[in-house]
Formats: sequence, C-alpha cells, structure tokens
Amino acid sequence: MLYREAGQFKTSYDADMAIFPIAQDRWGMIAIVVIAVVIIPLFTSDYIMGSLMIPFLIWGLSAIGLNILTGYAGQLSLGHGGFMAVGGFAAYNLAVRVPEIPILGTFIIAGLIAAAVGVVFGLPSLRIKGFYLAVTTLAAQFFIEWVFANFPWFTGGTMSMTLDTPSMVVFGYAIESTRDHYLLTLGIVLVLTLAAKNMVRSQLGRAWMAIRDMDVAAEVIGIRPLRTKLTAFAVSSFYAGVAGALYAFAFLKSLDITAYDLFRSFLVLFMIIIGGLGSILGSFLGAAFIILLPIFINVVAHNFSDQIKPDFITNAELMIFGGLIIFFLIVEPFGLARLWMTAKEKLRLWPFPH
Amino acid sequence: MTNGKSIGDTLLRVDDVSVSFGAVAALTDVSFEIREREILAIIGPNGAGKTTMLNVLNGVYQPDHGTMTFNDRTYTRMRPSEAAEHGIARTFQNVALFRGMTTLDNIFTGRTLKMKSNLFMQAIYWGPAQKVEREHRQAVERIIDFLEIEEIRKVPVGRLPYGLQKRVELGRALAAEPKLLLLDEPMAGMNLEEKEDMCRFILDVNEEFGTTIALIEHDMGVVMDISDRVVVLDYGRKIADGHPDVVRQDSAVIDAYLGVAHDAA
Amino acid sequence: MLFALEVAISGLLSGIMYSLVALGFVLIFKASGVFNFAQGAMVLCAALTFVRLLELGVPFWIAAGITLIVMMVLAVVIERIVLRPLVNQPLIILFMATIGLNFFLEGLAQGVWDAQVHGLQLGIDDLPWEPLANSTGMLISIFDLSAALICGVLVASLGVFFHKGRIGRALRAVADDHQAAMAVGIPLQHIWAIVWAAAGIVALVAGALWGQRLGVQFSISLVALKALPVLILGGLNSISGVIVGGLLIGAGEKLAEVYLGPIIGGGIENWFAYLLAMVFLLFKPYGLFGEEIIERV
Repeated sequence: MLYREAGQFKTSYDADMAIFPIAQDRWGMIAIVVIAVVIIPLFTSDYIMGSLMIPFLIWGLSAIGLNILTGYAGQLSLGHGGFMAVGGFAAYNLAVRVPEIPILGTFIIAGLIAAAVGVVFGLPSLRIKGFYLAVTTLAAQFFIEWVFANFPWFTGGTMSMTLDTPSMVVFGYAIESTRDHYLLTLGIVLVLTLAAKNMVRSQLGRAWMAIRDMDVAAEVIGIRPLRTKLTAFAVSSFYAGVAGALYAFAFLKSLDITAYDLFRSFLVLFMIIIGGLGSILGSFLGAAFIILLPIFINVVAHNFSDQIKPDFITNAELMIFGGLIIFFLIVEPFGLARLWMTAKEKLRLWPFPH
Repeated sequence: MTNGKSIGDTLLRVDDVSVSFGAVAALTDVSFEIREREILAIIGPNGAGKTTMLNVLNGVYQPDHGTMTFNDRTYTRMRPSEAAEHGIARTFQNVALFRGMTTLDNIFTGRTLKMKSNLFMQAIYWGPAQKVEREHRQAVERIIDFLEIEEIRKVPVGRLPYGLQKRVELGRALAAEPKLLLLDEPMAGMNLEEKEDMCRFILDVNEEFGTTIALIEHDMGVVMDISDRVVVLDYGRKIADGHPDVVRQDSAVIDAYLGVAHDAA
Repeated sequence: MLFALEVAISGLLSGIMYSLVALGFVLIFKASGVFNFAQGAMVLCAALTFVRLLELGVPFWIAAGITLIVMMVLAVVIERIVLRPLVNQPLIILFMATIGLNFFLEGLAQGVWDAQVHGLQLGIDDLPWEPLANSTGMLISIFDLSAALICGVLVASLGVFFHKGRIGRALRAVADDHQAAMAVGIPLQHIWAIVWAAAGIVALVAGALWGQRLGVQFSISLVALKALPVLILGGLNSISGVIVGGLLIGAGEKLAEVYLGPIIGGGIENWFAYLLAMVFLLFKPYGLFGEEIIERV
C-alpha cells in the first residue's frame, strides 16, 4: 500500500482536526492496537509480555509525562523518578489502607497526589529557568526519596525496604497471570496516551508550546505563564504517578524506593531525547530503544562471555550505553520521531521527489 | 484616506509617562492619545523610545510614573496578560512567533482568551471541547483567508521567510479580535511588494473590523500614506503630534531627523 | 556557643571542598554555556588513575604529572569527538551528551582500573590543628584547613588565568557569544579544549582531596551531586560565586544536620543543600553572582 494523501480531501474542519488526518496513518494505528490487544496476548510468551511489553508500556507512559513538561512546555526536569515514586507509594498506601477503593480509582488518586506534589515543586519555575530549574528539580528527586526512605508510615510501619504490592481486582476480575497484568497496563496506557494526544493538539498544548518557544510573547497574547507551567507540571506528574503505580503493581509487584532513583529520572530523559522532544510517538520509540539497548548489549556480551569477566561486562555496558547516546545525539539530535517524519515525507513524494 | 470611517472618542490616553533603565531615561513625560478607529503612527529617529512606548502600552515595561487610561479606566501598571484581557494585541520588531509551531497553531494561540474549555474536556476531546475547537478553527481560517496564507497553514513558522512570518504574526494578533492593535515596525526588512501587501492588510483591518491601530514605522512614505495622525518622539520626549502633513512641516521634526539620523528613512 | 562555632567552621571548610568540585562545572559553563554533567565522572577518572599509579609504585609527583597529562588528553579527545560535532545544537542536546559522557567515563575508568575501594594518603593528617585546639578548644581538622588553602590558591590562579591576557579575553568573548567569537577568528575548539583541560586539573585536585576523605571508589563521582546546589547558589558562570556558595551551603548543611537532624530525622544532607539553594534562587533566580539573562522583545 502506498503512503499517499493525494485524493484525500477534507470537507470539514472536524476531518482535518482528527487525530490521524491521513488514512494510512489511521489504518497503521488500528493495526498496532490490534496487534497489542489481540496478537500479543494470544501468541506471545510470558517473557515477551512480562519482561518486555509491560516495562515498555510503563516507561512509554512515564516518558509521555516528561515529554509534556520538557518537550512541550520546555521545562527541563531531572526529578521525574521522584514523581513516579509518589505515585507508587500513594497507590500502595491507598490499596493497603483503603481497600474499598477499586484499583483503577486508586491509580487515578495516586496520579492526582503525584500531580499535587508536582505542582508544589513546579512553583519555582515562574522565576527560575533553564539549568537552574533543572538543578532545583533534583531537590524534588532527593527530597522525595528521603521522605519515603525515612518515614516508616509510608511503608506500612515497617522499616523493610521491599514490600509486596496487594493483588488487584478489576471489575470483579482478579488480575493474576502475566497476561492479565499486560492487558491492564495496556488499557490504562492506551487511554492515557489518547488523552495526552488530545491535550497537546488542543488549546492547552498550544499554550504549553507557546511558553516553551517564547514566554514573553505568550504572555502578551494572554497566556498566563505560571498557570500554564503549573498545568504542565501537574499533568506531567500525573502521568509519572500513574506510571510509578503501575511500575510497582504490574511490573515489580513490589514497592521499593530504589526503583525510582535518580538514574530512572535520567533514563526517562534519555527516552524523550532519543525518541523526540515534543512527540507522543517519540516517547514510545525512545522507551523501546532504552529498554532494548541493555538487553541487546547483554545478548552480544554473553556470546563472548566465556573469556570475559562479568565485571568487565558491567563496565562495557556503561560505556556502550553512554557512547551510543552520544553517537545518537550527534547523528540525529531531534530523535527517532523526526527520523520517522522525514521518512514519511520522502515516502509521500516517492518516486518523484520534486 | 479617512473617508468612509469616523474617528471617535479617545480609546487610550497616555499621561506623563516616564521610563528609565538605570541612569538612562528612555521616555520622559510623554503624553498623547489614541482615538477610536484611527491609525496612529509613532515615529522618531533610532533610540527615540518608540518600542519602549509600545512596551509600556501593553505592560511589558512598567512606567516609573505616569498613567494610561484605556476605555475610561486608569492604570499605573498592568501585566501583559491583563493588557491582553483588556483587548490590546501587538506584534514585535523582531518577529516573536512560536517557532516550533505551525502557522495554524500560532494564529490559534491568539485566541487563547476567547477559548474557554477545561483540561478534562480537552483530554477527552469530545462534545464541548471539540465544538469549541471547531468554532475557533473557523475564526482562525477566516484570518488565514484574509491574510492570503492558506498555502503555509501547516508549515512550522521557523521555516518561513521573514516577510511571511511578519504576516503570520499579524494574524496571531488579529485572532484576539483586539480593540487596539500595536504594530512594531510591521514592514521592516520587507521588499516593496511585501510592503504594499502589508499596507493593504493594515488598512483593511482598520476599515473592515474598525480596529484602532498604533504603529511604529521608519518608512516615511508608508507613514504619510496610511496614518491619520503622527506622534513624533526624539530622545524620549514627544516633539510633535498631529496630521501627517502638519508634522512633515514641523521644524522640530525636521531638525530631529536631519540633525540626528540621516539614515532614518 | 563554642560548639556551634566549631560546627559552622567545619561546615565552611567542607563547603570549600564542594566549591572545588563546583569550580569544574563553572569553568566549562563559562566557556560553552554547557552544564557538564560528566564532571563527577571526571573526578572519578582522575582520582582512580592517580591512586592506581601510586599503588603501582610510581612516585607521588610523577603520578600526579601523568594523571594531569591523562586528563588533558581526555579533554582534547572529548572536545574532538563529542563537542565539536554538536557545536551548533541546542544546549539541552549538549547537556544530554554530557550525561552520556558521564556513563561512558564511569565505565571507562572502572574498566581500565577496577571497581575496588582504594585508600589514598596525601600526607596530610585528618587530625585537629593543635595550636587552635590548645588556645580555644575548637577541634578543626588540619586536612580541612589545607583543603581550603589549596582550593583558595586554585581559584585565585584560575581567576588570574581566565581574566588576564589573550586566553582570558578569548574565553570571555566565547562565553558571551559563540558565533560572534568565531566570526572574529577566535578558535572556539582550542578554547574549549583548554577549558576542559582546566576542568580536568580541578577534577584531579578534587579527586585527590575527596579520595583521601572517602576512599577512591565509584561513589566519589556522586560528590558532583553535592556540588550542584553550590553551583546554582553561586551562579553558574561565577568563579567567585562557587566559593561563596560553597561556604553558605557547607555551613548551612552542617548546622542543619546538627540542629535540625535530630528533630526531623537523619540523612537530611541529601536534600537540604538543594532546598537551601532553591530558596535563595527564588530571590536571585540566576544565583548570587550569576549573570542575569535579560529578556528583550
């Protein structure tokens, strides 16, 4: 099937304002959803679903959150892992202390709590900008880590470092197998992805981008900088919070503050830079890249591992990871999503490029 | 030029406004008024304080003293977003568009204050939110038609040539349906053809929508052609104010231009 | 009261140790507008190379010299391979590249040497300075005092180097505007290589001093995280700012640890400095001595 929009004339603004105005994109999207919802659960192993797809979806969701804040609203943050932690701990405490709330409601409330914390740490953004703001977001990361590690109340009164998350029941159906966990994660991620796409293509998204591109001009046309930035912090942290809750409940099946450390904040930042700043699709592409990279390195390394010390592999992993990121930034600083756009533009005109 | 429209009462009055940056006085006791439905040109040699004046009018700078009276309400200071809420829109000397966004989205942002829709509705994008988007899309499309920029609707503005960027910026200001439109050198850096187009748009906006316009311009030919009245600034002070033909003969104005900047035009 | 003074002074002195690490950031930020996240890894690199050479029996000063050369070569290589291809990219891209560089250098340093903990003795005792202890009863470490002295000399000489002469002028021009500096014929590449080399020297001094205190191991690179609040408090582009920032953060942190710690729980040193810096920034958004970016329309 050729990728063409010739002959597709839009007769209403609604048609032009649809999420995927080009028919081939629409079909491509439907195909991806069918694969995710039907093919993967029916035909793939628990390893694929549990160890690849679930983390891919969760990190993709988290990356959307950071992309809203950094890619769309232009506020660099290094504290995203902290906001994920708030979501994870809030969900755990709600599920344990108020088991009456259905689990989906628990996730939403956990997201809202993370959003509230995000707003508090977003307040300085009115005055503090750029790298100064980036460093102050580290305050959020370290403060949140400290709170959850030091106050036993948040870990159910125990000083234990790792806690098992309670089992989940959705609409009377117990979530038990890996497949159940996968489908639950998929459902939540699909809905929130759609919502994010809608936000960035409507008034709110335009206000975010306006603040990012030129905040003085944005204020002149009536966009309130503080309110716009705080909404970005809130929405971003909501996504981080839900992703953090899913990370504990659907992937790790346990709660542990070290799962949300500064390194995770960096990983999410890498995902959106490699995937593409200001792109929802890019958030997923970046997540896939960052998740597959260590697996790939491991597989390659283990082919040679007979002669090599494990110590060396750990260090080689660090070097390859860092090196690839530099390489990627040099070759395609605007990320995989841009690569994909360029390919589509070329395809659209093929075989007559002029 | 003024046939077919009636210039009305005072829309905005500036009283004794002074602004200084450290020891440098940018504006000293400037007073003038802008009347409804007129085109007022603010001229003067480089460094006369013209852009500073516009920045005061829409709240980017706060005056050290002096007041502005807009629509019968007096202000000593206001935020840029408040000015926008009162119906003042503007363009900038060095195009201040949102470079990463398309023409359509840039003009859409101009409608910010007209659009009322909450976060959840936008996330669902169904029912009311979609209806709001559609209505405003129509308004934006009217402006795109009016400015004859249909072809570049979906092009990120960073990729557009300068002349078209200025036109998109005018579109963004118009999208707010302002009572008062401030234009900072709308024709700077344009070729003759582009200048003629821009003149036509400014006159059309003034006549068709009845929008009051205050503009800064260096091209004396343009100023004499399109403006109803001219205010002349020099070294931060007002040295003349009146009909273009009268101002042209004014000896203080001639001195300012001949004595200070030969290359002003 | 004497105890409070003692706490404050030891805080001030340990703050100077943070300043030392922050200094490396400032040098690179001044010259390139880049926030170099790999500074911590550079400290680790320098300290590991130095301590391993010592363990191999290389005499102290020769080991220091070799490490210095290694750090300079590293600077040139980084400029050539990482920075030059990214010269016209947005700053966030350069920043991300330095995070990548951070991982790479951590892997490299531990791969070439090893990931064990190495003790390092510089020949300066970490004991109270007796004359002071005898006369006032305050226990202030000789090591802290020496570190402060070394730091002061380093800052002063770097300040002179970067403000006087041809290189100083070129550096300031580059800091002001890359494009304009290149247009008037200042070799941007050389300036960057020189600055990264200077940051390498600073990393060696910081690595050696921190290495004696903590032992040379992976966690020494985390010292960079402690230096960040110092950096933004002082202002990203101010050499004297890092000293003042370091003093404020050091004293504030120690006092908070001693007087606030027991009330709200231990371990507050992980975030207190950041909070302190954040509060300061609310009033001075570009740090105490940072250059303000004036927005024009």
